[in-house]
Amino acid sequence: MSTDAPAPRGDLVPAASLIPADAPFPKAAKVALGMPQLRANLAHATGTIRAKRAKVAGELDDWERLRDTAAAVKADVQRRLPELAVQFEANATAAGAVVHWARDAAEANAIAARLVREAGADEVVKVKSMATQEIELNEHFEAEGLKAFETDLAELIVQLAEDKPSHILVPAIHYNRTEIRDIFDRRMGDAPAGLTDDPAALAEAARLHLRRRFLSAKAAVSGANFAVAETGSLVVVESEGNGRMCLTMPETLISIVGIEKLLPSFADLEVFMQLLPRSSTGERMNPYTSVWTGVREGDGPQNVHVILLDNGRTGVLADEVGRQALSCIRCSACLNVCPVYERTGGHAYGHVYPGPIGAILAPQLEPGRHDDLPYASSLCGACYEVCPVKINIPEVLVHLRQQGPHAAGERAAMGAAEAVMARPRLWRTALRAARFGAMPWRRKGYMRRLPWPGSKWTVSRNLPVPPKESFRDWWKERDR
Amino acid sequence: MKRVALFITCVNDALFPETPKAVVRILERLGYDVDFPTAQTCCGQMHANSGYRRDAATLARAFDDVFGGYDAIVTPSGSCAAMARDQYPHLTGSAIGQRVHELSEFLIDVAGVEDVGAVFPHTVTYHPTCHGTRALGLGDKPLRLLRAVGGIDLIDLPAADQCCGFGGTFALKNSEVSSAMLADKCANAAGTGAEYLAAADNSCLTHIGGGTSRSGGPRPIHYAEILASTA
Ligand code: SF4
Repeated sequence: MSTDAPAPRGDLVPAASLIPADAPFPKAAKVALGMPQLRANLAHATGTIRAKRAKVAGELDDWERLRDTAAAVKADVQRRLPELAVQFEANATAAGAVVHWARDAAEANAIAARLVREAGADEVVKVKSMATQEIELNEHFEAEGLKAFETDLAELIVQLAEDKPSHILVPAIHYNRTEIRDIFDRRMGDAPAGLTDDPAALAEAARLHLRRRFLSAKAAVSGANFAVAETGSLVVVESEGNGRMCLTMPETLISIVGIEKLLPSFADLEVFMQLLPRSSTGERMNPYTSVWTGVREGDGPQNVHVILLDNGRTGVLADEVGRQALSCIRCSACLNVCPVYERTGGHAYGHVYPGPIGAILAPQLEPGRHDDLPYASSLCGACYEVCPVKINIPEVLVHLRQQGPHAAGERAAMGAAEAVMARPRLWRTALRAARFGAMPWRRKGYMRRLPWPGSKWTVSRNLPVPPKESFRDWWKERDR
Repeated sequence: MKRVALFITCVNDALFPETPKAVVRILERLGYDVDFPTAQTCCGQMHANSGYRRDAATLARAFDDVFGGYDAIVTPSGSCAAMARDQYPHLTGSAIGQRVHELSEFLIDVAGVEDVGAVFPHTVTYHPTCHGTRALGLGDKPLRLLRAVGGIDLIDLPAADQCCGFGGTFALKNSEVSSAMLADKCANAAGTGAEYLAAADNSCLTHIGGGTSRSGGPRPIHYAEILASTA
């Protein structure tokens, strides 16, 4: 164990603090684009995982049918959500769990904090969970004088760095191993002396650090990947086994589960357990799958609580096109293939759900905020192509754009364009005028610098000059 | 004689007459009677994808009026064909998109030809545009047509399936991200050493060519112009 005092905190700058979280996406993205190390880390990590996913998804000849089935199961869940939630409650309760209902983040946090206190604890170990990130449970606990310790390796890195996750599955994707070594060395307190950036050494340091926490924790907080209505079971899918430690060692287990995580039957897991590991880590099978149903006497936690979380989800459910976002199983395949995410990372999105899924989920979960996110996409469709539950992300992006507010200037320009395009004679006149107006540039072949808003184009690209003779002229000539 | 309508698209109408001319030459060479309804303007894609649903619906209805009488409508744009096929049903309930064929779909699926008798003795790299490939499902159809061209030397484009960063108004609204995507596409294109970069959409080619004309790299060309070439 290191005897050196941790280095001063000032010299570690969390990436999220550099990117203005409340700035509109284009602004935040610009900052991220200017961080070469961040971009290199992201390009490397997403590129690797993308190739792995493509390989293992390609191995299954019924991949497309699995996707169709998963999409159908999720659509069915969305149609029967109230019924399934009540069924889950009844079965989980019968098995000895206590089920709580939370309308929003504040309710969920308050319930969780109360349960921790009732367990006689002032700290909890945590299983990696997006729902608890969404409700900012750690921050809430801290404000209440409780401590929440992340035990997922990547979440631990982010927590030690006092940073924010930048990826759903790999929250520390924006760090390379040298940076992780520095974070451990300076922030972990019990990091071994002379820690190198060898992945095995880093993992070992984290293991020792976490082991002490597991052994002393009275309570754990988790999310769940799936909640099975038919049996009242919860399922956590993970790679490291740290989640399993949290799920089995403490006396009290509190799981915060978005209501969209429900599945009708245990048999449905067969479909999702094929899709999820392949889509997320690019593995055929994940190392640890934990399933628990209420309490088993003398085995594992004896106080089992489930907090079913709405936090905007029923609002999303009301939108027939947008609701498919609730099918998401948080595999993060869409992030890894997204050319925008790959270049900006997650912090620029200003929401815990970044990337393509964030761009359709954040504005729906928090209506009126994040109106810029549906535009953070070139609509290239790579996300839809890989999504294991076939969420048509481009369709929802366009749908949300059609609901959202528009700037007055843009509205006027689009209206004018439509007015011309809807009148063939006017359209032809406009084209003729453009060809005439372009005369001064014709010799150069390109326009290199235009005034705003054209400057947004010419900042990096030339614009071709309209031709001397249009297709229409040619056609007319030849018709004679 | 078999009759088809040509939808040239607003981008080609304004900027690229050579592409629709090429389509006319190819189709006539194959024995089709090509009609150009002059009242055509725009499919409404820019409006729809930018969130202006009402304007898009007006243009979609106008498209129906202009092309409603044809059994086959051929267009040299994957994204415009995808617009008609995927979005019109939601916008106006029109099924006309079923009769709108991107050029390579028409040549391979309807006309049943892969070798259109073209000769193009140049090095070419091919960028599969996103809407054509993913939304429309063109697969390698344009590439199959290019492979059959006499004298052509096709060079693989690294990371070909990556978006060039155009995305319509995305290029303006998220100019920096778009430019970063473009820079990578241009570098990959330049790295092939090809004389030409071919694609199925002149809007994407405007973007890529707008970049390579500054940073260096292959000249943009719509693949229809290669297919029309005979020497
Ligand atoms: S939207 Fe689809 S691809 Fe993206 S995280 Fe969710 S399930 Fe995975």
